[in-house]
Amino acid sequence: MRHLEIVNAKSERHICMVKGLSQDSTIKDVKKAIGAQKQKYADINRQEIRLEARGKFVKDEDTLGKLGVQNQASLYFKDRGLQIGWTTVFLTEYAGPLIVYLWIYTRPWLFYGDGASSKPYASAVNIAMGAWSFHYLKRLLETMFVHRFSNATMPIMNIFKNSAYYWGFAAYVAYHINHPLYTPPSQNQVIGGLVAFVINEIGNLGVHIALRNLRPPGTKVRKIPLPTGNPFTLLFNCVSCPNYTYEIGAWVSFTIMTQCLPAGLFCLAGAYQMTMWALGKHRNYKKEFPNYPKRKAIIPFVL
Amino acid sequence: MGVLVRSYLILYNVAQCLGWTWLLTRLAPECTRLWAEGSTAPFTGQLYAAIELPLKVFQTAAVLEIVHALVGLVRSNPLLTAFQVFSRVFVTWAVVHSVPEAQTCPGLPCLLWAWVITEIIRYAYYAGNLLGWTPYAVVWLRYTLFIGLYPLGVTGELWCSYVSLARIQRQGLYTVSLPNAWNVTFNYYVVLILIMFSYIPIFPQLYLHMFRQRKKVLYGGATLKKE
Repeated sequence: MRHLEIVNAKSERHICMVKGLSQDSTIKDVKKAIGAQKQKYADINRQEIRLEARGKFVKDEDTLGKLGVQNQASLYFKDRGLQIGWTTVFLTEYAGPLIVYLWIYTRPWLFYGDGASSKPYASAVNIAMGAWSFHYLKRLLETMFVHRFSNATMPIMNIFKNSAYYWGFAAYVAYHINHPLYTPPSQNQVIGGLVAFVINEIGNLGVHIALRNLRPPGTKVRKIPLPTGNPFTLLFNCVSCPNYTYEIGAWVSFTIMTQCLPAGLFCLAGAYQMTMWALGKHRNYKKEFPNYPKRKAIIPFVL
Repeated sequence: MGVLVRSYLILYNVAQCLGWTWLLTRLAPECTRLWAEGSTAPFTGQLYAAIELPLKVFQTAAVLEIVHALVGLVRSNPLLTAFQVFSRVFVTWAVVHSVPEAQTCPGLPCLLWAWVITEIIRYAYYAGNLLGWTPYAVVWLRYTLFIGLYPLGVTGELWCSYVSLARIQRQGLYTVSLPNAWNVTFNYYVVLILIMFSYIPIFPQLYLHMFRQRKKVLYGGATLKKE
């Protein structure tokens, strides 16, 4: 039998006692017991448990025995704040850019004044609308049918932060490309950009499917991602996160296709963010798997 | 820290300290003279003419501090440094240099006094630290004067920006419109308004940060004892 004291990691204040656990009890059981006592933390996703006040959090699946938690010991508790499901966040942040872009594509009076919608559309403008919509439609469908998330939730503020980013950039890019005074690049440049865009989108989808198949349904299993039968996944031989490599490739192509500097800025911001994520994931892979193959994080042979 | 790096940083901070002192030797007499004459005159541009050169040279040189933080010569956070330096360089060039109304605005002496005193003490403090001897008076001033000078500086910056808006909009200053080959637009008028609004969330944070630093540096010993 184990009785544990739960202490706030920041203030070191007593939160509650958890009783009647065994050495086979998991951290998840501890969290449930806390949630049963403290209504505020009933959603165990917002709970974080640490062995030391400033230590790293421990996983839900770990048992007290394995972690070496003795009877009468203290565990440190951190409130991660109100949580929201990943799927909700993803659907909200991706639906926005689709709706915003398509709305601005109609050249509303609000942005361009009267009569803008009756001015001619260059074919590059129509192609860009198609490419943009395709990308976000693909993301929405992937969120619903492909992705398997390892964390069920994230802090609720993320939905506002992420939506502001995606919705804002969508409006910024759409405003310029759909402007009646937009100057399209040469036809060859548009076609070249479009072809590269499509290739990268296919690559990105292929990698997402490969990552999905790596994780059996309903689990949090993590494995080393490797190339599958799909030739687009061969990029796993060079980098840990080829989905990001393809995504950046797609936005570079989109920028070339539209020759629009705001699209380039969107690409740059995304590339920076994805590079940060990729470096983090790459580090985790190397730490988790001692036999992790030699590869870069996101840009083959470079980074 | 290597000898070369240390020498360079000492040189840089001493140069900056002297540079801002030079600015003070132009600012102070000019202000006193204009005050004595009862002239409305920061307000006729004489003040700006007197300090234009040292202001541009030494405020722009502060960009080097971003580089120092980026390449790791100093331990400051590059982003925070960039932010602080950028806002000043921005006001110097994009507002005061660019718009005559800002040069004759009472906001100009406000920001100049705030910047000059802050910078002389700040660079003296850094130089002292590098040389291994900082008089307590300098430490105390660095972590005390900001209480009044920081709000004064912000007032001056916002004031100068505000009086610039009309001309920026009228003349379309630094504004890029379509059509152009890169399909980009830039509306300085809107951007300046956004920057002015950004002071609302940012200023309290930086101000409170300085108070925390003050507590840590001036009374750090006391808190340690308590624990």
